[in-house]
Amino acid sequence: MPKMKGAQILVEALQREGVEYIFGYPGGAVLPTFDVLYDAPLKFILTRHEQGAAHAADGYARATGKVGVCIATSGPGATNLVTGIATAYMDSIPLVAITGQVKTSLIGNDAFQEADVTGITRPITKHNYLVKSAKELPRVIKEAFYIASTGRPGPVLIDLPVDVQLQEAEFEWPESVDLPGYKVVTHPHPAHIKQAALMIAQAKRPVLYVGGGVVTASAAEEVRELAHRCQIPVTTTLMALGVFPTDDPLSLGMLGMHGTGYANHAVMEADLIIAVGARFDDRVTGRLDTFAPYAKVIHIDIDPSSISKNIPVDLEIVGDAKIVLQELLKVVEKPDTSAWLEQIEEWKRKFPLRYKDDPNVIKPQYVVEKLSELTNGEAIITTEVGQNQMWAAQYYRYKYPRQFISSGGLGTMGFGLPAAIGAKVGRPDRVVIDIAGDGSIQMNIQELMTAVENGIDVKVAILNNSYLGMVRQWQELFYRRRYSATPIRSPDFVKLAEAYGAKGLRVTRKEDVVPAIKEALETPGVVLMDFVVEPEENVFPMVPAGETINKMIMGMA
Amino acid sequence: MRHVISVLVENKFGVLARIAGLFSARGYNIDSLAVGETDDPRFSRMTVVVHGDDRIINQVKRQLGKLIDVIEVKDLAPGRYVERDLVLVKVRYGEDNREKVDSIIDKFHLEITDIVGDSVILQVVGEEEFVESALEELKAVGIEDMARTGTIALDKGAG
Repeated sequence: MPKMKGAQILVEALQREGVEYIFGYPGGAVLPTFDVLYDAPLKFILTRHEQGAAHAADGYARATGKVGVCIATSGPGATNLVTGIATAYMDSIPLVAITGQVKTSLIGNDAFQEADVTGITRPITKHNYLVKSAKELPRVIKEAFYIASTGRPGPVLIDLPVDVQLQEAEFEWPESVDLPGYKVVTHPHPAHIKQAALMIAQAKRPVLYVGGGVVTASAAEEVRELAHRCQIPVTTTLMALGVFPTDDPLSLGMLGMHGTGYANHAVMEADLIIAVGARFDDRVTGRLDTFAPYAKVIHIDIDPSSISKNIPVDLEIVGDAKIVLQELLKVVEKPDTSAWLEQIEEWKRKFPLRYKDDPNVIKPQYVVEKLSELTNGEAIITTEVGQNQMWAAQYYRYKYPRQFISSGGLGTMGFGLPAAIGAKVGRPDRVVIDIAGDGSIQMNIQELMTAVENGIDVKVAILNNSYLGMVRQWQELFYRRRYSATPIRSPDFVKLAEAYGAKGLRVTRKEDVVPAIKEALETPGVVLMDFVVEPEENVFPMVPAGETINKMIMGMA
Repeated sequence: MRHVISVLVENKFGVLARIAGLFSARGYNIDSLAVGETDDPRFSRMTVVVHGDDRIINQVKRQLGKLIDVIEVKDLAPGRYVERDLVLVKVRYGEDNREKVDSIIDKFHLEITDIVGDSVILQVVGEEEFVESALEELKAVGIEDMARTGTIALDKGAG
């Protein structure tokens, strides 16, 4: 067998794993790998910051379901990936991050651009490797992709010393992985399915509560079938928006801190919660000891450690959401939910999701509604974090899974633009829009250059309120309007877009919102829309932190 | 409640850090943690002693089970396992307290591993409670230094 250098082995192995795109940034400790990438058939996209590379790989993974790949050099390159890796970890996104490392003999010597990257990333990766010889590389890469993409997915980091990239070894591609400590239970216990069916048949006020695990498992069809066949209303987490169409009569929309009034009331009054691929996060449950007091809980999840973590569960079903739901659909019987659905209709009438529109100012919710209408609810929406994220979640009418891409668990500002780039690379057929705030867009604005340079046609819609809006909202409500460090100045975004070679549009009047969106959608290439919106608009409903989720501040909503 | 959890892991560098990191990151308190290679050099066995209610212990087990390098997690059932702690204790062994020390040695079947001048190193082996009682009495005669393993344990019966 011919010998190859470690870097060649790496690139060959990535190709065998079906990798088409790599996002990253070069540096001293990855020079041998970039030398191989120079004429490899893989497409490499140079971001302007390693954090952008990690988020772009993440956005690619979320939009396509494939493993995203990013690469950075040792030390600062690797530490710049950290936020992106943690973001992917919290949302269970399959990612393989490759980092250069100083040469083996220098590890631990405080060498130039050295950092203990496996140590730093241990709590934010599903697994990580420090590769000490080129011979191990094929096995490590095969394992990394397997671990990243199976079970509850997550990021895997491979730290690769520069001398290992140069070391010669035979390329032996393993046919399978041998990981005695990694077993994923995908098939549920038949007795549990029977019991679940019984609990559903006896329920009078059931709610399906679905999360990102349904997206991962491609189980949206099964959720829809279960809901329709049994006439059970569905609420989704932020991570699962699109799994159940917003326009479906059984849709309750999102639940939790900024969920709909009717979703939160339904969960609080439910006698059965069927949780699928969701983890009862604190933004969903609010105050734990008063959460869903009348409900028995069935919890379906592939990760046993997610079950009974926050909420005591009556029936645990460990397994792949798709397989579990398929098994359940074979035996489930429709309960009588007619009275319950009437009650829910009443809540929908009483507590609709709404805002006070105003002809003289641009309401951010209005912008999101118009984006939804003018893209026919078909665009992939990425978001930053803050008010923009919540309005994007509330007012865009999602239809499909993998359509809403947002940092849910970690809540990473600066995520949306690079994630949009990754999503567009993975789904060039779709319109991709980053709904941003004027604060968070500035956290990774440099990635505009990446989009322009590579002809990645993303649109950015800034809801510009001259505040770090979500923090300002909390200050307004809970800190006597003492706006500490939340007023924020921005550059001229139109000029900035133009400086990057993109098109910039500023919109200050309500009647210009629709024409601007139309122009942006019709203009090929990167377009940034700067919507100057009502500065002190709040996101409602809102459950104050630590409060029971039916104790909502409704605002106008 | 006290739980003794036996964890079979891959014998690789970094595994101890992963497990220790998991406990600190998730805020679980460990009473002790002991690691050593098994008869098969590919694997090590860790014995972790933790206190917690059922919910916490359940989480500890499941979180441990999630680690790729962890092969098996067993929460040893009370009465169905053997456990031992080992302590080396340096005690002053002078004219004035020699008799007292000797009586403790006899009472707890301690082994004298070394004597230099007025100092003796004793080996205490047994279950946690036994070890604690021995140490309690030794404290009264003057412990100069000590080193202690965490609890190690193995479940009884075949397998």
